Amino acid sequence: MSIGIVSAAYIAAAVLFILSLGGLSGQESAKRAVWYGIAGMALAVFATVFGPGMGNYLIVLVMIGVGAYLGQMVAGKVEMTEMPQLVAALHSFVGLAAVLIGYNAYIELGRVLELKAQISPTLNEAGAMAALHDMGVKGFGAVLAHKTGVEQAILKVEVFLGVFIGAVTFTGSIIAFGKLAGKVDGKAKKLPGGHMLNAGAAALSVILLIMFLNGAGMWALLLMTLAAFFIGYHLIMGIGGADMPVVVSMLNSYSGWAAAAIGFTLGNDLLIVTGALVGSSGAILSYIMCKAMNRSFISVILGGFGGTTGPAMEVEGEQIAIDSDGVAQALEEADSIIIIPGYGMAVAQAQQSVSELTKRLRAKGKNVRFAIHPVAGRLPGHMNVLLAEAKVPYDIVMEMDEINDDFPETDVAIVIGSNDIVNPAAQEDPNSPIAGMPVLECWKAKQVFVSKRGQGTGYSGIENPLFYKENTRMFYGDAKKSLDELLTKIS
Amino acid sequence: MKIGTPKEVFEGENRVAMTPDSALQLQKLGYDCAIETGAGAAAGFSDETYAANGVEIIKTAAALWKECDIVAKVRQPNETEMKRLREGLTLISFYNPAGNEAGLAAAKKKGANVIAMEMVPRISRAQKMDALSSMANIAGYRAVIEAGNNFGRFFTGQITAAGKVPPAKVLVVGAGVAGLAAIGTSTSLGAITYAFDVRPEVAEQVESMGAEFVYLDFEEEQTDGAATGGYASVSSPEFREAQLAKFRELAPEVDIVITTALIPNREAPELWTEDMVKAMKPGSVIVDLAAEKGGNCKLTVADEKIVTDNGVTIIGYTDFPSRMASQASTLYATNIRHMMTDLTPEKDGQINHDMEDDVIRGATVTHDHEITWPPPPPKVQAIAAQTKEKPKELTPEEKRAKETAAFKAQTKSQVILLVVGALLLLVVGGFAPESFMSHFIVFALSCFVGFQVIWGVSHSLHTPLMAVTNAISGIVILGALLQVGSGSWLVVFLAAVSILIATINIVGGFMVTRRMLAMFQKS
Repeated sequence: MSIGIVSAAYIAAAVLFILSLGGLSGQESAKRAVWYGIAGMALAVFATVFGPGMGNYLIVLVMIGVGAYLGQMVAGKVEMTEMPQLVAALHSFVGLAAVLIGYNAYIELGRVLELKAQISPTLNEAGAMAALHDMGVKGFGAVLAHKTGVEQAILKVEVFLGVFIGAVTFTGSIIAFGKLAGKVDGKAKKLPGGHMLNAGAAALSVILLIMFLNGAGMWALLLMTLAAFFIGYHLIMGIGGADMPVVVSMLNSYSGWAAAAIGFTLGNDLLIVTGALVGSSGAILSYIMCKAMNRSFISVILGGFGGTTGPAMEVEGEQIAIDSDGVAQALEEADSIIIIPGYGMAVAQAQQSVSELTKRLRAKGKNVRFAIHPVAGRLPGHMNVLLAEAKVPYDIVMEMDEINDDFPETDVAIVIGSNDIVNPAAQEDPNSPIAGMPVLECWKAKQVFVSKRGQGTGYSGIENPLFYKENTRMFYGDAKKSLDELLTKIS
Repeated sequence: MKIGTPKEVFEGENRVAMTPDSALQLQKLGYDCAIETGAGAAAGFSDETYAANGVEIIKTAAALWKECDIVAKVRQPNETEMKRLREGLTLISFYNPAGNEAGLAAAKKKGANVIAMEMVPRISRAQKMDALSSMANIAGYRAVIEAGNNFGRFFTGQITAAGKVPPAKVLVVGAGVAGLAAIGTSTSLGAITYAFDVRPEVAEQVESMGAEFVYLDFEEEQTDGAATGGYASVSSPEFREAQLAKFRELAPEVDIVITTALIPNREAPELWTEDMVKAMKPGSVIVDLAAEKGGNCKLTVADEKIVTDNGVTIIGYTDFPSRMASQASTLYATNIRHMMTDLTPEKDGQINHDMEDDVIRGATVTHDHEITWPPPPPKVQAIAAQTKEKPKELTPEEKRAKETAAFKAQTKSQVILLVVGALLLLVVGGFAPESFMSHFIVFALSCFVGFQVIWGVSHSLHTPLMAVTNAISGIVILGALLQVGSGSWLVVFLAAVSILIATINIVGGFMVTRRMLAMFQKS
C-alpha cells in the first residue's frame, strides 16, 4: 500500500471518529455512532499494518489477537455498576502504551543516528537513505533519519512530553481505579508537603528535560518517568471520592493529549487528530462537571474542598424514620412521583428494583419521573446507564434543569442513595463547602422519602439539612432490601 | 442533683410538672427525683405510681424546696414560694417575667437561677420544650369541647328520619397553635369551620387543617410573622376596620366563635364587639381564649361563663389546660424533661447552665445575681423570611440593550482570545521548523473540532461518550505498529506490549459502549 492510500485511509478514519463523537448527541444516533468509531479504528489499523515500513507481522497478529480476546472478556463480564472502574483502568493502558512508545522513539532515534554516523559522509542525502535502507532502517526509522538538528531537538521535547503525560495518566488512572473499586481509601489524602511535592516533582521534570536536550541520555527520561508516576499518584490521591466524575473525565482528557504528543513524535497526523479530539472532549466534560458542582476546575485538580469561610450552619430538628408500610401508602396516594437516584443505588445494585417499582406505579397511571443530577454517581452520566440497564425508559429520565421547577407540584420525591446533590445547604448556608452548587430541590415536594443506609453523612462528609426537614422521612436500610420490601406492598 | 416538684398552690390548678414517666427519663439523665405528697393527685397520678418509678415522696413543700437543687413547677411561684428561693437553686416554671418585676428582683437578690418556660425561643430546635405551644394546643382542643358542651346542637350535619340537622358553623379567630388545634378539633367533629388571621401566610396552614380561610378585601403590606418570631403584630386602624366589617358580616351566620388573638406583651385586641354578639343567634357560643389578657370580646368575664340577654353563651375560662390536667401534665413534664436534657449535655446529673446556648439563654430570666431578661434576639431566625420580590419584567428596550451588551462582551472576549492565540502561534511559528508547524495546524484544528462536537453531546450519554473516547484513544496502537518493525529487539518488545494493551483498550472500550447504548430504549 502506498503512502498516498494510507493517508487517504487516515483521513477517512479521522472523519469517522468525528462523526462518532458527534453522533452521541442523541440516544438513537449514538447506536450508529459506535459503528463509525469501530469502522474508523479498523480502517486506521488496517492501513497502518499493510502500509510501508512494517515488519514482524506475526508478533502484530498474535498481540492483536490476544488483546482483542482479553478486551472482549473484560467488556463482556463487567457489571454496569463497575463501569467507572473499568473506564479508569482502560485509561491507564493508554497511559502506559504512550510511555512505552515514547521510549521506543528515543531508542530508535539513537540507533538510527548511530547507523547514520557509520555511513560514509561522502554520500549525498538520497544515497545515505538508500544505504540506511540496506541496513534495515525503514518505516519510522526512515522518518527519523530525515530529521535535521532542530527537528531532533523538537522530537526529544515531544518524546519527553508524551512520556510525561502518559506516566501521569498511568498512575493517576490506577489510583482512580483503586478508589472507585474501593481498593484504595476514597478519602482525599495528601503526603506531608502537599502541593509542594507535586510542584517539586514537576520542577525536577523540567530540569531533567533541559538536561535531556543537552544530551543526558536515557537515564533522564527514566528518572522523569518516576517523577511523573509520583505526580499522577499523588494528584489523584488528594482528590476526594465525590470529585471522581471530574477525575475520570480529566484522565480521559490526559490520555488524549498523550496520544497527540506521541502523534507529534511519530509525525502521524491521525494520532494527532484523534488525540486532540479525545483530549478536548475530556477537557469539556471536566468543565461541565465542575460547573455542575459550582467548583473551579483548579480547586478540583489541586485536591479536596477549599477552605470554608466560617462554621457550617447548625442543623436543627430530628431525623424521623418511616417503615415500608408508610412509604407504600404515600405512594398509593400520590399522583406525581420523582425518583432521585445516587451512588447508593449503584452500590446496593437496586436499579432493577427501582425499575420494577416504576413499572408498577406507572401501571397505576401515576406520573413517575427520574431526576438526574449531573454529578450523581462516580462517572458522568453514570445513573442514566444504570437505569437504562434496568430498562427504565429514557424519556422519563430528566436532567436537573428540566425537572427542578416541577418539585413544588410533586406529591412524593424519593431519594435513593444520594446525598450531596439534594443538600439544601448549598442554597441556604453560605458557609457550606458546597455553597452555590446547583442541587435538586426535592425538599419542595410535598413529601420526601430518603432511602439511606444509616444516619452518616455522604461522601463529602457534609451534614445534610434535608434529612431534618419536616416533610422528610428517613427510610433506613440497604436500598435494594428496602425497595424489595416496598414492592411486596405495592401490587 | 435532685429535682423536686411541689404541689401547685394556685387555686384550681390541677397540673403537675413531673409525671412518673418523665421522672424515669430524668433519672436516666442522672438526677434524683422527688415530689411533694399528693402533687400529682389532681392530674390523676398517685403517689404510689411515682414511688414505683423511684421517685422520693417528701411530706411538705418546705422540706422539698429545701432538699432539692432544682425545682420544676407549673404556675408562677406565689409569695410563700418566693421566700423559699435560695442561692444556687434552679427554678423552672412559668414566670411571666414581663409583668413580674418584683419576682425578678427577689430572685436576683436571693441568687436563684430562674428559667421561665414561656421565654423558650420559638426556633425549631426548641420546639420540644415550647410549653406555650403544648399548652395552647390543649387550650384550642378544650375550647371546642367546652363550646360543644354549651352548644345545644350537633356539630355535624345529619339527615335523619327525625328531620334534618344543619351543621354547626365555627369561626376561629387567630390561627396560632391554639387556633389551629381548635380548627382541627372542630373540623373533625364535622362542623363547617372558618378561620381568620392577620398573618396572610398562615392561610395555607389553615386550609391544610380543613378550614376555610376568611380573606379580607384589603390591600396592605402585612408584616409576615417572620419578623416578629412567628407571632402576630399590631395591625393598622384601616386594616382593623376591614376586619371588623368582615366579622360583622359573619356574625349572624356562625354558631360558635373561638377567639385566640393575642399579641405578645399587650392587652388582647378587641375583635368581637358587642354589636356582633347582639347579631348572633340565640344559643350561640363564644369561647374567648384571650380572657386572661382582657378578652377579644369586651363582654367576656375572666374565669366565668356568662349568658347574654339574647341567649349567647360567653366562656371566659383561663384554665383550659388545667381542665385537662392529665394530658397537660404529660406534655408539660415532657417539655421540662427536654429542657433538662439540654441543660445536662453530659447526662451526669449536673446542670451546665450554658448562657451561650440560644435556647437556654433565652429562657433564663435570672442567673447568678443578674436579671437576664429580656434576652438578646436569638442568633437563629425563627422562620425563614418570606420572599416576595418577583423578578422584574424587562421592557423590550432594556432587553435589547442587555442583549447588545452581552453580544459586545462576547465579541470582545472572542477577539481577545483570537489575538492572544494568534500571537502565541506566531511565536511558535517563528522558532519551530516547517514540518512541526504542519502537524501543529492539524492539532489546533482538531482541538477546535473536538470542542464544537462535544458541546452537543447529551448529558445522559456522557458515560458512553467517555467509553467511546477511551476506545478511540487506543489509537496509540498506530505508534506501536509503526515501531514494531524496528531492528532493535528492545524496541520490538516494547512495541509488542504496547500493541497488546492498546488492543485491549480498543476492543474493551467499543464493546462496553455498545452494551451500554443497546440498553437505552424508549418507553
